[in-house]
Amino acid sequence: MERIAITEKATEIVKQLQAKHGDLIFHQSGGCCDGSAPMIFEKDDMYLDESDIFLGEIADVPFYMNQDQFEYWKHTHLTVDITQGRGASFSLEIPLGVRFIIHSRLLTEEENALLNPSA
Amino acid sequence: MSYSKPIFKEKYDNFINGKFVAPIGGEYFDNTSPIDNSLIAKYPRSQKEDIELALDAANAAKEAWGNTSATERATLLNKVADIIEANLEEFALVETCDNGKPIRETMNADIPLSIDHWRYFASCIRSEEGTATELDANTLSMNIKEPLGVVGQIIPWNFPLLMLSWKLPPALATGNCVVLKPAEQTPSSATLLMEKIADVFPPGVINIVHGFGPEAGKPLASSSKVDKVAFTGETTTGQLIMQYASKNLNPVTMELGGKSPNIFFNSVMDADDAFLDKAIEGAVLFAFNQGEVCTCPSRILVQEDIYDQFIERVVARTKAIVQTSPYDMSCMVGAQASNDQYEKIQSYIKIGKEEGAKVLCGGDANKEGDFAKGFYIQPTILEGHNKMRVFQEEIFGPVVCVTKFKDEAEALEIANDTLYGLGAGVWTRDAHQLYQIPRAIKAGRVWVNCYHAYPAHAPFGGYKKSGFGRETHKMMMSHYRQTKNMLISYDKNKLGFF
Repeated sequence: MERIAITEKATEIVKQLQAKHGDLIFHQSGGCCDGSAPMIFEKDDMYLDESDIFLGEIADVPFYMNQDQFEYWKHTHLTVDITQGRGASFSLEIPLGVRFIIHSRLLTEEENALLNPSA
Repeated sequence: MSYSKPIFKEKYDNFINGKFVAPIGGEYFDNTSPIDNSLIAKYPRSQKEDIELALDAANAAKEAWGNTSATERATLLNKVADIIEANLEEFALVETCDNGKPIRETMNADIPLSIDHWRYFASCIRSEEGTATELDANTLSMNIKEPLGVVGQIIPWNFPLLMLSWKLPPALATGNCVVLKPAEQTPSSATLLMEKIADVFPPGVINIVHGFGPEAGKPLASSSKVDKVAFTGETTTGQLIMQYASKNLNPVTMELGGKSPNIFFNSVMDADDAFLDKAIEGAVLFAFNQGEVCTCPSRILVQEDIYDQFIERVVARTKAIVQTSPYDMSCMVGAQASNDQYEKIQSYIKIGKEEGAKVLCGGDANKEGDFAKGFYIQPTILEGHNKMRVFQEEIFGPVVCVTKFKDEAEALEIANDTLYGLGAGVWTRDAHQLYQIPRAIKAGRVWVNCYHAYPAHAPFGGYKKSGFGRETHKMMMSHYRQTKNMLISYDKNKLGFF
C-alpha cells in the first residue's frame, strides 16, 4: 500500500528529465499562485530535513511534502500525472510545455488504517 | 460598454540596458489569452545568458543611479505615473486580455492603483530624512540610507502591472537598479510599460527579462550579481529562493499566499441596513479577481445564530454575479488566468465534494457557449469544516468555504488554524470586537468592516508561512536599503590607550 503513485505518461517525462538532469526529487508546494503543484528538482537543489515527509518513491524519484501540509493531506492518496500547459515555478518540466499535476482521492477506511495507524 | 481584444505585435523582446533586445538563444514562447485561449504574441524564452546581460547592465548603472538626487528620482517616478495615466485604457485592455480579469477592474482598480503606487513612493523619497544623534558632547552618530545596488524581482500573474508597481517604485526610489522577471503567463503589461517609458530612466536602471522559472527565474534568484531578491509566489519556490540567497548572504522578502478567514459576528444582522448590505458584499468578495488574490477571503466564518439567514443572502448575492466577456463593463467575474489554474480549481472542487463539503452554489466550470473556449469557473460556495483540505489550501479561484462558530474563542481558533497568515476580515458592530479580534488574529493585514482595499499608504505582508517583509507603505523602502552609520568624533583629545 503506497500513498503515492504516478501515471505512465508522467513516468515518461520523469525519464526524460532524469536523462538530462540526473537524480531528481519531487516536492509538493503550497500557497499562492502556482502552489499545490508537485515540483521536480535536481536532487541537491533543495535542502530537505526532518520537516519534509517522505511519501514514497515514484519512477525512481522520492516524493516529499512539508510536514505541516502533510497533516492535512495524510488522508488522501495522490497520483502524479502530467498535462499540457505551463506552470510558473522552477520545476524542471516547465520548459517542455507540460507540467506535473496531482490527482487526489480520499483513502478508503482500510487504507487509512494501514497508512495512518495512530490517527 | 464593451471593448474588444487589443492589437499586439507578432513578438516582443526583453528590455535590457535601455533598449529592446532579442533573447541571445533566439527562442520565444507563445503567450495566450485565457479569455478565449487565442494567441497574444511571442515573448522571449530567456536563458541564463540573458539574465547575465541584464544583471551586467544593472550593475554598470547602479553607481550613477544610486547617486542621483531624491528629487530627480521622484520626478522620474511621477513621470511614469503620468504616462500610465495618460494611457490608462490601453493598459487596462492589455491587462484584461492577458490575465482574463474584468475590464471594469483593470480600469478602476489595477491600473489606477498602479499609478498611485508610483506617485506614493515618489512622495516618500522626497519627504523622508535620515537621522543624526548626538551621543555625547563630542560624538555624532549619523545614519544615512544607501541603496543595496541591484535587486532581482520575480512577480506573479494575478495583478501583473500592479505587482510590478508594488515592487519597482520602492526599489527605484531608494536608488537601486532592477532586473525584473514578469510571470510567463502575463508578460504583456510590463512590456507595454517599457515601450512607453523606454527613455525615462538611464539605461540599465530597469531591465525586464521574460522567460520560464527554471531557465530565467532561477539564474536571477541565485546570481551573486544581485544584492537582494523579492519574490511573490508559492512556498516551495520561496524556500528555494531563500536557499540561493543564503549562498550569497543576500536579504530576501517573500509573499507566499494565504487562506484568509473572513469573520462575521452576529451583530452584523442587528439591522437590515446599509452596513449589512456591505457585509454581504464583503463575504462575496471571495470572487473578486476570480479568487486569484493571495488574500482571497476564502474561508467565511459566521456566528451560528445568524448563520442560516446570513448565508442565504450571501448565496443569493453570489448567484447574482454576472459572468460574461471580461471585455464587457458588466462582467464581474472573468476567466481564470491560465489552464493550470482552471484545472487546479476544478480538482479542488472535486476534493471538496469527496471530503463531504456541501455545494451551496456553483460547483463546476462554466462551459456554456463562448465560455467553452476560455477558462471560466462558476463562483462556488462550499459548506464544511476547517479540517477539510479545501479549508486549508489556497485554491486561488472563485471558491469559498463556509463554516460556523459559536463564540469569539471558537472564531479565533478556526481563524488561526491555518498554515498562513496574510489577510483576514472582521465584521461586527461591537466596538470591543472591532479591536480585540483583529489583534488576536495571526495575520499581517486585518480588514475591519471592509475587505480587499490595498492603499499604497498601508503596509501589506504575511505572518507564518505567508512570508515576511512588507510591501506598499514607506516602511518597504527599508527592505531596499542599507544603513550607513557615520560615527564622528569632534574630540581633539586621544583616548589615552596607546
